[in-house]
Amino acid sequence: MFEFPNKTIERSVVELNKADFVSDQMVKWCPGCGAHAILASIANVFPKIGYRKENFMMVSGIGCSSRFPYYVNTYGFHGIHGRANAIASGVKIANPNLSVWIATGDGDSMAIGGNHFIHIIRRNIDVNIVLFNNQIYGLTKGQYSPTTPMGSVTKTSPQGTIEHPFNPGELVLGAQGTFFARAVDTNVKLMTEVMFEAARHDGTSVIEILQNCIIFADKTHEAITDKEVRDDAQIHIKNGEPLIFGKNKDKGIRLNGTQLEVVMIGENGITEDDLLVHDQYQQDPGLHLMIAKMYPPHFPVALGVIRSAMYPTYDDLVEEQIVHAKASSKILCVDDLLNSGDTWEIE
Amino acid sequence: MSDQSNFIEKEDVVVKFCGDSGDGMQLAGTLFSDAAALIGLDLATFPDYPAEIRAPHNTIAGVSGFQVHVGRKKIETSGDFVDILVAMNPASLKSNLKWTRPGATIIVDADLFDEATCKKAGYLTNPLEDNSLEGYNLVKAPVTMLTRNALKTLGIDNKTADRTRNVFTLGIIYHIFSWSLDSTVSYFKTKFKKKPEMVEANKLVLETGYSYADTVETLGSSYHIAKAKMAPGRYRNITGNVATAWGLLAAAERSGRPLFLGSYPITPATEILIELAKYKSLGAKVFQAEDEIAGICSAIGASYTGSLALTTTSGPGLSLKSEAIGLAVMTELPLVIVNVQRGGPSTGLPTKSEQSDLMQALFGRNGEAPVVVIAASSPADCFDYAYESAKIALEHMTPVILLTDGSLGNGSQLFRIPKVADMPSITPPLAEPNDKEYKPYKRDPETFVRKWAIPGTEGLRHRIGGLEKDNGSGNVSTDPANHQIMTDLREAKIQKVADFIPLQDIIGAKKGEVLVVSWGGTRGTTEAAVDELQKQGKKISLAHFHHIMPLPKNTHEVLSGFKKIIVCELNSGQFVNYLRMKEPDFKYSKYNKVMGLPFTVTELVAKFNEML
Repeated sequence: MFEFPNKTIERSVVELNKADFVSDQMVKWCPGCGAHAILASIANVFPKIGYRKENFMMVSGIGCSSRFPYYVNTYGFHGIHGRANAIASGVKIANPNLSVWIATGDGDSMAIGGNHFIHIIRRNIDVNIVLFNNQIYGLTKGQYSPTTPMGSVTKTSPQGTIEHPFNPGELVLGAQGTFFARAVDTNVKLMTEVMFEAARHDGTSVIEILQNCIIFADKTHEAITDKEVRDDAQIHIKNGEPLIFGKNKDKGIRLNGTQLEVVMIGENGITEDDLLVHDQYQQDPGLHLMIAKMYPPHFPVALGVIRSAMYPTYDDLVEEQIVHAKASSKILCVDDLLNSGDTWEIE
Repeated sequence: MSDQSNFIEKEDVVVKFCGDSGDGMQLAGTLFSDAAALIGLDLATFPDYPAEIRAPHNTIAGVSGFQVHVGRKKIETSGDFVDILVAMNPASLKSNLKWTRPGATIIVDADLFDEATCKKAGYLTNPLEDNSLEGYNLVKAPVTMLTRNALKTLGIDNKTADRTRNVFTLGIIYHIFSWSLDSTVSYFKTKFKKKPEMVEANKLVLETGYSYADTVETLGSSYHIAKAKMAPGRYRNITGNVATAWGLLAAAERSGRPLFLGSYPITPATEILIELAKYKSLGAKVFQAEDEIAGICSAIGASYTGSLALTTTSGPGLSLKSEAIGLAVMTELPLVIVNVQRGGPSTGLPTKSEQSDLMQALFGRNGEAPVVVIAASSPADCFDYAYESAKIALEHMTPVILLTDGSLGNGSQLFRIPKVADMPSITPPLAEPNDKEYKPYKRDPETFVRKWAIPGTEGLRHRIGGLEKDNGSGNVSTDPANHQIMTDLREAKIQKVADFIPLQDIIGAKKGEVLVVSWGGTRGTTEAAVDELQKQGKKISLAHFHHIMPLPKNTHEVLSGFKKIIVCELNSGQFVNYLRMKEPDFKYSKYNKVMGLPFTVTELVAKFNEML
């Protein structure tokens, strides 16, 4: 197991397992919903992370994704629409001893809560945001979201949407995100891996899960997840390894001038050495942005940890300032404060 | 020194310094009030500055003022009308004259009254020369010239000299009161520690102003105010916003819960955020959020994790926080929401004061979402009511809205410094680790308060949120009967707070002709007006409310003893309508004003006299 850099959060003295995190509540998502697989991944990863079970906290907003806290036996808070990231900011700053996980969706964090999403990322507060991106509003029964592909017919776009969708990865990196990973709901192993990496990362970690809504946007990610096409439509990136994909592992991504391009290994004299090698830790987000933007039909979509750069976290800096202030200030209790400055005695 | 025989003995005097923003009027006012406090006078101050940071020179929009009310009696307001006005330029004279008492002393910098500056202020003729100020005791002091001349001897240039003109006027004022210059000189010594030449220059200008006053015939008589009779103790000057911040810090320390503030800057509440941000040494965590909603939501998150959580705002911000206040009601978490009211609706009058957010505080949420509402009534008692708000929030697991206003927040008053150990204890209902009986919505049978289970505690993992909860287990519930029970319990829990707040007091007799009812920031004026009429032998009393929701338990009894009840407030009648709803057995009349201005004692006395 990796060494966890975070020493603030107390570790469990006993080994935990899935059963430690099972809640007594009935899971009420639709049968076949991608959220079930995300729940399974969380149940895998929490015991593996190894913190005391009382030190996990789940926060959510509103939407199908946001029922999540009821289904995990941790401390949990189900907030109001769009505000999960704001609530979680207060949780983590007030109590840095908690491992904070946010369950949110493309409506909750990209639309009504867009402001809180970009600002929690900009501040680099040490939380883990699991973004359920099903490209639709499920709980209100099928209106388009900020990630719905342009032209899609939904209940509120009978002639097709005329809005440009967000790519969450671009938004995260534009907001100076320090961690961004992407996974698909059909791959529990990959989800578990990237969640574990997110937990290891000190700072705001965003995990975009391409999730299927079986009722209102079924097969929305088919071009990526369908068995027939997925080997050519997905690239699983790993730190330190060249970007290779395809059923026969014969395709790669290389940097040609200032742009990425798909190449065939072995054709036109191209070898593995010509391919881009992934460095998830590099500070400059330029290549991470290019990788995050790759999308079919011209590129495979990148899955795995795209960026995990080290920067100071907001919550650590708060604690540092408190330590410094306590060491240097003359005001160490409220009586000191009340009697500071100009005061006088009346007899 | 003036001839002692010319002393006029005064109960209280109102002095106002005004000029262009940048003329140092705020500083002159502050130094004057410090000197008064050291002499042993009671005082209240109010700064009055433009919303613009640097408005154009010599215009009405650019006038900055600082009013100080000093006296031997208890000083509750910054005063209706000015007795001594310092007006540096025509614009400041023009905008302040209507608040200046007939016969008042007006000190102007005559050098700054020329054709151009008069015209800019909207004067057709120079008011110093057209006899329009005949009813006043006008002192046409050549402040600029005398200041420059005095400093020429020290080799100081005119531009630097002009920055000390405020100090010259302060010298004149000290002469009028025959006060010592020592406190102000010692301020200069601290302020200009590394610039001894500036200490010398300011001292010289102060003395020059003082000596100049000796030569002015119109200043023949001096004022004398005897020491105020104040309770013994250690005192300081404090503004309402700072007092609010400190009261909350005291509550955090006394309760042992760490303080967390989530806030977004908004006039006139920003000073509370600024003040709390200074005290990381007390462990205060202050989060300047991206908007008002994030301010309160971060506070709710912090509250869930065991902090004394706060958010501070003014009217428009309270609107934005409405939905989240409902979340705190539903999750039954402690939270203090401070609303420093300003003129509304919408952006309204950001720098002016009003009491028009009462209905919003009481009812401005979706669903039935009762919260405790408390109102402070003076700059200094913002400390006490902030403390009490935190105590009630923590002990009753509820949001509390504390209403102050722009006048209280920016105004200052003398404050007797308490000891934190002497303040009432605060005991939040924390759940014990591994409490087998713990359920998120299991309640105390007396107070209906649920327990606070802090994340990280062993054996208390639980989930709560904005969906209706089953009473007891806290599981999501859509059961109709349960919703009725929970709605009733949320209301009953707030009403129970009435057992933990003081009874309503009456200033004056318990029975009489007229009962004046007021609440919040108007106490200074309603109390002074009622006091004046009581001295005339009139059968009038005052009930000034600090506890609005719930009302004190004896409210009905208090209202019963009078033939007439008049409710005075700075809105169109919000508290009176609330009383009509809560105490329908009485007939109420009302007196209201919505001009962004406080009541004056004069207008209240006139109004009450009509009823007597």
